[in-house]
Amino acid sequence: MTYLTRDALSVDQLVAQVAASTLGGTCVFLGTVRNGPDEDGVTAIEYSAYEEMVEAEFGRLVADARDRWPEARIAVRHRLGTIPVGEASIAIVAAAPHRAQAFEACRYVIEGVKQRIPVWKKELRVDGSEVWVDPAGRPTAKPSHV
Amino acid sequence: MPATVDTATLATVRVRFFARYAELVGRSEAAVSLPLPATVGDVVRRVREDFPGARALPARPLAAVNLKQAKLEARVQDGDEVALLPPIAGG
Repeated sequence: MTYLTRDALSVDQLVAQVAASTLGGTCVFLGTVRNGPDEDGVTAIEYSAYEEMVEAEFGRLVADARDRWPEARIAVRHRLGTIPVGEASIAIVAAAPHRAQAFEACRYVIEGVKQRIPVWKKELRVDGSEVWVDPAGRPTAKPSHV
Repeated sequence: MPATVDTATLATVRVRFFARYAELVGRSEAAVSLPLPATVGDVVRRVREDFPGARALPARPLAAVNLKQAKLEARVQDGDEVALLPPIAGG
């Protein structure tokens, strides 16, 4: 089982992994590279990771989710490398007998990713600059006027 | 190595640096030897002393031992892999 890829993410593939006739609710979360009003001309984000630990920690995180929602089936994939604005960096699919468990399990996994999965991102900007992003989503070295 | 140190008590750990920390230290890994008993915090102190760029690392970074997050007070053993992790920013 690998939780990492350098290719574009396929939601269909992940949905197919968890689909079952007994599971009536499927929740999909996509995290997408953004260039919003709080970013300074982001064109792409370069994702890097402690890959061996990502694999181990994702295994533990998904196991924790299964302990909480034993009937849920969960598939997750994180993309690494340079990802342009608008493309997904992470996809999580949680299927459960009913929608509440599907939403809760999906939310649990993405919040766990933010706390536990050792992945880092560097914003690549239109002016050619590169800035590491801190966990609050802000660059580590903002210009003084911001 | 000081002559008074018993080599039998020395541990060698592989230290790995990632993302911004790898840029600051100028390398992605290093081997560090230190007398036992030793903690993750001892490894961090040694790294900050031995590598000029590592002085810019925080004194109490997030760390992992053998692929699992660990406190700075956690003990390390010979052969362990200690990773110094910048603030996690995945997703």
